[in-house]
Amino acid sequence: MSQENRLIQLENITKEFDKLTVLDNINLYIRKNEFLTLLGPSGCGKTTMLRIIGGFEFPTSGRVLFEGKDITEEPPYKRRVNTVFQKYALFPHLNVFDNIAFGLKISKMPKKDIAMRVGKMLELVNLQGYEKRGVDALSGGQQQRVAIARALVNEPDVLLLDEPLGALDLKLRKGMQLELKRMQKALGITFVFVTHDQEEALTMSDTIVVMREGHIRQVGTPKHIYDEPKDAFVANFVGDSNIIRGTMPKDEVVHFCDMDFNCIDEGFDKDEPVDVLIRPEDILIVGTDVAQLKGVVRSVIFRGVHYEMIVDAGNFLWKVHSTVMVPENSSVGLSIIPSNIHVMRVSDDKLAKEGIQ
Amino acid sequence: MSNMNMPSWGLWLMALGLGVFVTMLVISVKRHRGVHRSLFAWPYSLWMIIFTVVPLFLIAYYAFTDAQGNFTLNNFYSFWDSNFEMKKQLSDMGFDLAEMGLNERGTVNVDTLIYSLWMAFKCTIICMLLGYPAALFMADRDFKLGSTLVVLFIIPMWMNFLLRTIAWMTLLEDNGIINNLLVSLGLGRVRLMYNSDAVLLGMVYNYLPFMVFPIYNSIDKQPRMYSEAAMDLGANSVRTFTKVTLPLSLPGIVSGITMVFMPSVTTFFIPRVLGGGNTEMFGDLIERTFLTADNWNVGSALALIMMLLMLLSISLLRRVDPKGEGGSLL
Repeated sequence: MSQENRLIQLENITKEFDKLTVLDNINLYIRKNEFLTLLGPSGCGKTTMLRIIGGFEFPTSGRVLFEGKDITEEPPYKRRVNTVFQKYALFPHLNVFDNIAFGLKISKMPKKDIAMRVGKMLELVNLQGYEKRGVDALSGGQQQRVAIARALVNEPDVLLLDEPLGALDLKLRKGMQLELKRMQKALGITFVFVTHDQEEALTMSDTIVVMREGHIRQVGTPKHIYDEPKDAFVANFVGDSNIIRGTMPKDEVVHFCDMDFNCIDEGFDKDEPVDVLIRPEDILIVGTDVAQLKGVVRSVIFRGVHYEMIVDAGNFLWKVHSTVMVPENSSVGLSIIPSNIHVMRVSDDKLAKEGIQ
Repeated sequence: MSNMNMPSWGLWLMALGLGVFVTMLVISVKRHRGVHRSLFAWPYSLWMIIFTVVPLFLIAYYAFTDAQGNFTLNNFYSFWDSNFEMKKQLSDMGFDLAEMGLNERGTVNVDTLIYSLWMAFKCTIICMLLGYPAALFMADRDFKLGSTLVVLFIIPMWMNFLLRTIAWMTLLEDNGIINNLLVSLGLGRVRLMYNSDAVLLGMVYNYLPFMVFPIYNSIDKQPRMYSEAAMDLGANSVRTFTKVTLPLSLPGIVSGITMVFMPSVTTFFIPRVLGGGNTEMFGDLIERTFLTADNWNVGSALALIMMLLMLLSISLLRRVDPKGEGGSLL
């Protein structure tokens, strides 16, 4: 990756609030025109990180670089960054037009241009004719779109979004996810998106940054994060998972449930303890004669697209997704193909271990 | 020990109040079907009728009648011309007013009203100029002394305003603390009291909290995200204040103006103590008309005029801030 493509760089960022470390030595770069998502459970520091990029918090130590220039100490109004706040923060004393025009009026743009830019923006967010409405008279989804328009109308280099879809209902949220992605592509603006919703992150992002307790756990594309999680925490947080402790007797063979399984992972020490990840949808239900593991179905839940079953096999409760229903208490066989077994190094810290059943 | 001889009807009143309170509480806790909520409003309605509505009607009655109880507008003429009654009596007795040189209008009532309005206006402006920055500091979360300031503003309010005003006397008197200090510094005495500036000082001192707290509330309850959003959109701290914080605190300002201006106009006692009788405000005038001149009819007319002015000023403020808290005083 060439340095020129790095729009924002966070260098050794540490943030403490009253001696509580919220961000611990973060290093991250954000590329031009990418959709980057900060993903993690609440309290992981993702919002603080966004606020440091926006200029609302200053790091206790470390630097923020914007196109190579140090902007660590610059106030928000000097940064070419705009924010869509979690609760939108629309100005209640201004109507839709004046809310969107706020930034342009501050920059003393001629009135004619303001009207034109705001009109275009309203079109983009599909709110033509709402200019004179008070913001309190809008629905949550409409307020959200005004907030996005208010930020985008200033043509920032980076748009920061702090869980902007959290307050919307599921259907609206799905629509807005696609809408945001479309806008990001059309405008060619870098989006930094904060969410705790792993599905949202997988749907929209070019890059996902998984965070936990002030640390970055993994950075990668959605597919990379899902298929190749670095440790049990990431695996567990992004998508459903079965994680079981095992060992690596040799390359491409992993031992768990008192059995050897073929896999495609290598490069571990002999008999190194490992965490083994198998996604529920990657476990095949087969006849007991050809099965690698034999077990009993403990429970079945209908999930819409598939059934979620808990199968007790090899002293482990396996979560299995299948489109075929198998009644409770019936004996089944389980089979896993080698490429669907993902072997991870055991993280020493407690956090990763919490992810293991 | 005379305080111990509380009249027994006072105790009975307290017992009655307690009884009503308990009954209401019991009824509202175990709301029987068929007991409508409006029932609970009855004791309060009764209270309001006895102590607000009836006195209002009495004032209106006195204002529009003469001492014999006949309808008349003379009390309002008396407001315009304070010599009206005297002149009327004299001319009824057959005197020629022009010849006696008594034809001139007595302007004391109107002048006092204008003076009171002017004083109240000055007091409100000063309170606003002093109060807004104070409220801004108090609401500033990064300003550590903010909460201390809140307490400091509240503490004097625990004391009766008469005591507070009298306390100013010991400061401002010719032999007061300030003058003694000046003398000990080798400077001459300064007359600080018995003029309208001392009255204004007393008014500002007494009414400042009523300006500060509504404004403080309106700033303090503004979510931080509004000013952050303004900064995010390119506004520096000055423009964030003028474009967002100030307009959003407008309801507090309106409320503060209402709460300072209205009692300021009717201020009494402060002019008497700090103004030493050299300045009279409308509140004192009404009191004097009722108690000293013993003229309930003219006094009521003055009170009624006062009230109409209040209504007018509130409705003007309401226009500035239609859904604001200022109007909630009406």
